[in-house]
This record gives sequence, C-alpha cells and structure tokens, in this order.
Amino acid sequence: MMTVRDLCVARGGVPVLEGVSLSVAPGEALVLRGPNGIGKTTLLRTLAGLQPPLHGTIDAEADLIAYAGHSDGVKATLTVTENLTFWARVFGQGTIAPALAAFDLDRLADRAAQNLSAGQRRRLGLARLMVTGRPLWMLDEPTVSLDAASVAMFAGAVQAHCAAGGAAILATHIDLGFDGRILDLSPYKAVATVAPGGFDEAFE
Amino acid sequence: MSFWEYANPKKFMQLSSVLLPWVAGLAVLCLCVGLVWGFFFTPDDYRQGATVKIIYLHVPAALMAINAWIMMLVASLIWIVRRHHVSALAARAAAPVGLTFTVIALATGAIWGQPMWGTWWAWDPRLTSFLILALFYLGYIAMWEAVENADTAADLTSVLCLVGSVFAVLSRYAVLFWNQGLHQGASLSMDAEENVADVFYHPLLVSIGGFVMLFVALVLLRTRTEIRARRLKALLNRERMA
Amino acid sequence: MIALLRRDLALAVRAGGGFGLGLAFFLVLCVLVPFGVGPEAAILSRIAPGILWIGALLSCLLSLDRIFALDFEDGSLDLLATAPVPLEGVTAVKALAHWLTTGLPLTLIAPGLGVLLNLPAEGYLWLVASLALGTPALSLIGAFGAALTVGLKRGGLLLSLLVLPLYVPTLIFGAQAAARGAAGMDAVTPLVLLAGLSAGTLALMPFAAAAALRINLR
Repeated sequence: MMTVRDLCVARGGVPVLEGVSLSVAPGEALVLRGPNGIGKTTLLRTLAGLQPPLHGTIDAEADLIAYAGHSDGVKATLTVTENLTFWARVFGQGTIAPALAAFDLDRLADRAAQNLSAGQRRRLGLARLMVTGRPLWMLDEPTVSLDAASVAMFAGAVQAHCAAGGAAILATHIDLGFDGRILDLSPYKAVATVAPGGFDEAFE
Repeated sequence: MSFWEYANPKKFMQLSSVLLPWVAGLAVLCLCVGLVWGFFFTPDDYRQGATVKIIYLHVPAALMAINAWIMMLVASLIWIVRRHHVSALAARAAAPVGLTFTVIALATGAIWGQPMWGTWWAWDPRLTSFLILALFYLGYIAMWEAVENADTAADLTSVLCLVGSVFAVLSRYAVLFWNQGLHQGASLSMDAEENVADVFYHPLLVSIGGFVMLFVALVLLRTRTEIRARRLKALLNRERMA
Repeated sequence: MIALLRRDLALAVRAGGGFGLGLAFFLVLCVLVPFGVGPEAAILSRIAPGILWIGALLSCLLSLDRIFALDFEDGSLDLLATAPVPLEGVTAVKALAHWLTTGLPLTLIAPGLGVLLNLPAEGYLWLVASLALGTPALSLIGAFGAALTVGLKRGGLLLSLLVLPLYVPTLIFGAQAAARGAAGMDAVTPLVLLAGLSAGTLALMPFAAAAALRINLR
C-alpha cells in the first residue's frame, strides 16, 4: 500500500529523523513509538504529503491517506451531522450513518460541536476518518482526551477498518489492545543537526 | 566553469571578498567625480538656475530604486527555480538598499519640487508611483522580518515579490490614468531629442555609474552579512543540540 | 467545492462568524466622515464616491484574516490540503465565500450610505456597478494576503501592510468610475478596466494564494 525508503524528515529546517524505512500492507496497523520530540508528527505530516522530505522516497497510491492531526478540524458552530456531512462531501462520499454509529455519536447528531465535551469532540474528529473513504488512516495521538470506553470504541473502529482491507499508521503511547506492528523511532534519530549538503554546511 | 558555481556560498564569499574593495572604490571614485563635476563645473540652467543640480542625486537614486526591485525580482525567481540560498539572501539584502534609494529619490524630488512647482509634494503620477514603490518595499521587508524559518521566509517573500511586481506595474498605469501630472518627461532615454543637454548629461552618466556601483557594493556587503548570520545561527543551533 | 462554499457561508452567518461586523464598520465610518470634514452638502457630495470606496475597502480588509486563519488553527486546512480538491480551488471558493459575505452586502448597502453623504443622483448606478465589479478583486487579493500570513502569530497587521498597496489599482479604477459617474462624466472606461482587473485577479490569485498556503503548511 505504502512503501517508504531511507526517509529523512526535518522540522523547521533541522533534520529530526533519518534513514526511516517502513511499509504498510492492507489489513495492517503500524504503531509509531518514541519519546516526545522524536519527530512522530513530522514523520506523519511528511507521509501525508503536507511537507516534503529532505530525501528518500515515498511510494504510495493516489488518494490513499486520511490524516488526523492534533486538532480535530471540527467547527464549533456546526452540528455533529453538519461537520461530518461536510467532510463526506469534500471526499465525495455519501453516507455518514456508519461513522456516527461506530463512535456512538447518534444521540449527539444534532448538537452543535461547541456543546460537546473534549472527548466527544475527539470522537467526532475520529469519526471523520470513516467518512473520507480513504484506505490508509494516519493518526497523530488519536486517544488524547478519550476515556477507556472511547479508546476501546476507537480501537474497534481501527480493527474493523483493517479487517475491511484498510490500514492505519498511528503515533500513540498507550496500548490500544490489538495486534499492531510496533516501530520504535528512537534508532532513527538524526545525528547531524543540519541538513547534509544543505546550505548551512556548504562553507566554513 | 558555470556561472551557478558562485551560488555556492563558499565560492560567493571568496569572490565577493575580492570584488568588494574594487566595487566600493569604484563607487567612491565615480560618485566623487560625478557629483563634483555636476555641482561645480556645469553651468546653471537658464530656467531652473542652480536647483537643477540636484538632478545628479535625484535621477540616479530614482533609477536605482526601480532597478533594485527588478534585481530582487530576478533573485526571487532564481531562488524559486534553482533554490540557491545566496540568491534569496541577496534579494533580502537588496530590499533596504532599494527602500533607501526610493526615499532619497522622494526627498530630493521634494527639495527640487519646492522652488520649481512651489510645493513640496504633489500627487503627480511619478511621485505617487514612487510612494507606492516605497510601500511595496516596506511590505517585503516586513514579510522577511515576520517569518521565523529562513527557507519559509525566502519562499513567501519570493511569491510576494512576484505578485508585487505585477501589481507595481498595474499601479503605475492606474496612477497615470488617475492623474496626468506635472513631472517632466524622462531625463534619459534612447530618443536623443528628449535628453537633457550634453553638459549635464556626461556628469549625470558618471554619477549614475557611481550609484550602480554603490548599490552593488552595498548588496554584496549585506549579502555577506546575511550569509554569516545564517552560519552563526546554524552554529548556535548545533551547540544547543550537542 | 460546493460543500466548502456552503460550510463557509454557514460559518459566517452563525454566531461568532463575524458577518455584519464589516457592514457595521462601513456604516460607522460613513457616519464619522461628516464629523471630520464638516456638514457642507457640496463638499460631501464631491467626496462621497471616494469615501464610500475607501470605506468598502477597509471593511473588506477587516475580515480578511478570517479567510484562512480559523481553518489553520483548528487543523481543517491540513485536512483540506490532503482532500481530493485542488488547493487552488479551495482558495478560489474561500475568496468567493468572503465576497458573498462581505463584498456583496457592502455593495448592496452602499447606496443607503450614499444618501448620508449626499451622493449625487447620477452616481448611484455607477457606485453600485463599480463596487459590484471591484469588490471581487478585493476579496481575491485579500485571500492571497491571508494565505501569505496564515502561519504568523501577529499576522493581522502585516496582512494590512501587504494587502493595502496591492489594492491601489482596484481603488483607483473603482473610485474613478464612481466619481466620474457621480460628476456626470464618462465612467465606462474605468469600469471596463476594473472588470479586467477583477478577471485578471480571478485568473491568477488562486494560484498565488495556493502556492503561499502550501509553503505555510509545511
């Protein structure tokens, strides 16, 4: 589904990870681990195509990725249904009912997002992944502000997605309670503090 | 040996350190000769008297104000297409110099305009265009200052410079449409009949040469400073990470 | 794209969307002008087209930073950038939404404010025509400025500094069309130039704005 070879990613022009190689096949969930500041978010943003890698290759099919970052992209004055319907339309999908059901949002469907609790809002943000119709989910700390029941709900949704031939890459610290391949990013920490061959090293 | 080799900062630093004293010396020489010749050894104009002599500051400054922007546009394009950092830094270095020339042109214009037109400022198309140009310079400089990441700043200012150039040209024509103006025609052009008389023309050329050299010298110097600042930042960064 | 337009319009008109703020600002500005220049009808009617145009321009400026900043803060912009819609289309649609919620209402209430400022009777048609043709350019240029400054902490002030010089041609053609119309002179030429300017910005600005957005999202 996605193959990454010898990737080097930078945050603010400073390399944070280098030599990262990974691949994701349909039905697989890949969990990224590593201490704070190692570059999990940067790696995910690079894989999602939001920023270019310093070097290395990313082979991925077109229209593959649904990205969920730290913020939910939820509009406070729109209702749950309106929020989800908007993203479904943007991604050219029809129904939002399965997403509402999977994250137990049915009862909240007509409530404005500003009246949701932090956890409910997070669930809405995650439900958005289901209405994109994209096969590869990229999740950055998806379980922030979720309670135990909601985490189980989320884990169930990821498992169902993988069972249906999808895949997921997650950056998370907690154990989601399902079989995911774990990739520890610590060994890939960049040694050089400036881009190799980059401008700042080009003269003494 | 290609021209682009000088986009390598090391090569650029070597070359510019050799060139800088010569360019600076030439600038001083041309400015001294041009201005002294112009101020003391040309006759007074039969209509404008001695006030005409400010032309030796006004015209070269105005010319370089526009050329500095064009240079920034070219440097921005080089950065966008070829990603040479020296080019982006040269554009950054040129902006305050260009702004200064614009302000000199406006100030000398006001000083010249007072005895000639009886007013320090008139909303004449040329004057107005230069005022707008100064605003463009201000916006460009502010953009550089506002963005923390150097590469992002270079990208954003390049886009701004491109779009700004289009709108600068548009503004020029819009302003002409808006008000026809008092300003005399171009002082210099290929069309010989419009040119100022030869006695004024030769010292003017010398002092324009002096301004060009001054601009090149200042941009070289400031680009060197920018490159060193980048280097310093990288070293401090490394120190912190180690 | 339609979904994005509908969402942006819904967000603008709901509570806290800021719709109406620009209009109120326009109104207050036009009320303040006579206090500044005096109540003589002749002077007011002479400067009315210019004041109305400047007022419309400043009201437009007021809401520019909302075009992208809110979507940037809550992460929607990241999601839109990975969605199957071109970013150029996103910027064009967002500029359109800004125009529908700012430029269009301004155009519609401008004649009412013209009464306050003693705009001559011949001027109303030209005022509305020039605002209708010119405000799209204001929104499109503004979207570019908003895209340039979207990641910055205090982007609002810089946004004004960047965008105002870019507004010069639009303001000149627009105000000239309105002023010449009000004075009973030929106003077609500046109006045609203004329409050309709007068409040109429509063709170019979405690309420039999308390029700036991509840089800022990195």
